[in-house]
Amino acid sequence: MADGTSVPADLMGRAMSRARRSNGMQKFMRNRSTIAFLMALPLILLIFCLVLYPAVYAIYLAMLNKRMTQFVWFDNFVYLLNRNTFRLVIFQSCLFAVTAVILKALLGFMLAHLMHNISGRNQRIWRGLLLVPWVIPLALSTLTWWWMFDPSYSAFNWLLNRIGLDSVPWLGVGWTARACTILVNVWFGTPFFMIMYMAALKSVPEQLYEAADIDGASRLQKLFFVTLPMMRNIISITVLFSLIVTFADFDIVRILTAGGPQDMTHVFATYAFQVGIQSGDIPLGASISLFMLPILAVAAYFVLRGVNKRTQEIAA
Amino acid sequence: MSATSTTIAPGARPHRASLHRQRMWALWGSYAALSVFVVMFLVPPFYTVITSLKSSAEMSAQAGNPWVVQHPTLENFTYLLSYPNFQQFFINSVEVTVLVVVVTMVISVLAAFSLSRMGFWGSQTLATGVFLTYLIPASLLFIPLFQIVGSVGLINNVFCLVLLFPTLSVPFCTWIMIGYFSSIPKELDEAALIDGAGYLQMLWRIFIPVAMPGIIAATIFAFTVSWGSFLYPLAYLYTTNQMVLTVGIVSDLIRGDVFQWGKIMAACVLAAAPPIVIYAFLMDYYIAGLTAGATKG
Repeated sequence: MADGTSVPADLMGRAMSRARRSNGMQKFMRNRSTIAFLMALPLILLIFCLVLYPAVYAIYLAMLNKRMTQFVWFDNFVYLLNRNTFRLVIFQSCLFAVTAVILKALLGFMLAHLMHNISGRNQRIWRGLLLVPWVIPLALSTLTWWWMFDPSYSAFNWLLNRIGLDSVPWLGVGWTARACTILVNVWFGTPFFMIMYMAALKSVPEQLYEAADIDGASRLQKLFFVTLPMMRNIISITVLFSLIVTFADFDIVRILTAGGPQDMTHVFATYAFQVGIQSGDIPLGASISLFMLPILAVAAYFVLRGVNKRTQEIAA
Repeated sequence: MSATSTTIAPGARPHRASLHRQRMWALWGSYAALSVFVVMFLVPPFYTVITSLKSSAEMSAQAGNPWVVQHPTLENFTYLLSYPNFQQFFINSVEVTVLVVVVTMVISVLAAFSLSRMGFWGSQTLATGVFLTYLIPASLLFIPLFQIVGSVGLINNVFCLVLLFPTLSVPFCTWIMIGYFSSIPKELDEAALIDGAGYLQMLWRIFIPVAMPGIIAATIFAFTVSWGSFLYPLAYLYTTNQMVLTVGIVSDLIRGDVFQWGKIMAACVLAAAPPIVIYAFLMDYYIAGLTAGATKG
């Protein structure tokens, strides 16, 4: 976009108009940043009042005792770390997020490649069909999954019985229930990866493949030495972003299992909800949520770095 | 492509034919694999629709193949459409969503214009801050927000969502609008300034019409956030007259151990219809906006 010819022309134009306006505009230019600030003011207020203030408030809340009458410093965090249930929550959150993101990334990559092979009008139709899971509000589609996992008259168990297998108590046994929550998350999130990777695939210049063809590169070599390096940045941005969202997921676990059986499927968000809102221990709930913060911060830092790098690459 | 094929020697023919065949196989292979994925992806929505068409008698019999409907009926839908609670949920959802979309778009278009074109002391930091805010998930701050909403007296008031949903939608909408506004050539606003237009006029007359695809994408995002969110309504609303669809379906149609699955699934179909219709028509804009977020910065 900013090729060699347009930059000097733009600079020249700006210099000329600045010279022409310099007197009368001086006062206006002084106003300019005031107007700009006023226009951004609603956004600034929103971020300060409803994001930054709650964040600071959360830290304060997390250091109170259950009745919120006494300041107890880090007692809540220590108490949580000593509880077996909370260790399970940490483990399950990480397992849930990492497994689901890896599966989504792999399936999304496969789908993007398959979609890249077909073209034009057909691609739009197929893309529309594949995006359906992602379009339906997650809380509603999770209800359907719950119904399909139902032990008594379950759609899946009926099929299993039909081919001569025993019924499976899908959401009743720890590890099966964990697998089910991951399955639903993968089903919901894969289309997002697909469209991000499709956009990335489209932006790889065709000449690179032609050059690789001339050099006699095999399909696999083209994938590893052309496609993946060109997509590296988008892959990392998408994966880290999805890691944040998946890690903080609430809807799936809440509706599907509500944390059961024996708290084995609780993730941070659902456990914080159960302790903080349902049992009314606000300080403890706030400290559970805050445990997510370090992991989110690290992921956010790398996403931001990736996005900035990407912006520079495109500007260059 | 065509230029090279005309200059190619006749001896290269067989090679080209096999290349063509290889490509055909790749194409059909892709279609086959995609079909498998489509079937797997569409199983839950299919089952939702199937169940929503079953009568209560058929559901409670629990016999036969659950994947087909023996006697399709619309009784679940007619029940829901005349069920006052469900009507209330729907109206609440629509009200909240319309308000959230309007609030979000006003805040984010003004801010994006200011940040991308005008700038002030610290505007770069603010732009980065906006992006970081986008990365903050709802489940991180819902407990302090519960206290704050309570102290303002908006607990169990559906309009607290109009206050809270913008924290989820505004950052991303601002971010995509900054991207779209930055891609508008500077010459255009120079010309407008010379013609004596003010900043607001410039925004209204030039930037908004030119960046319409971005506005559509941002609007869809705000709609999606507001229509589908589950955590905030579940945490802050507890009487049926204040609930929105997502929470209403989960808590009102499920009473204790009684699951009226036919009605629940019919409610899901009705609640999922607006987003599906919107996406069916405007998907391209949304995807363009979404992918631009990561590819353009």
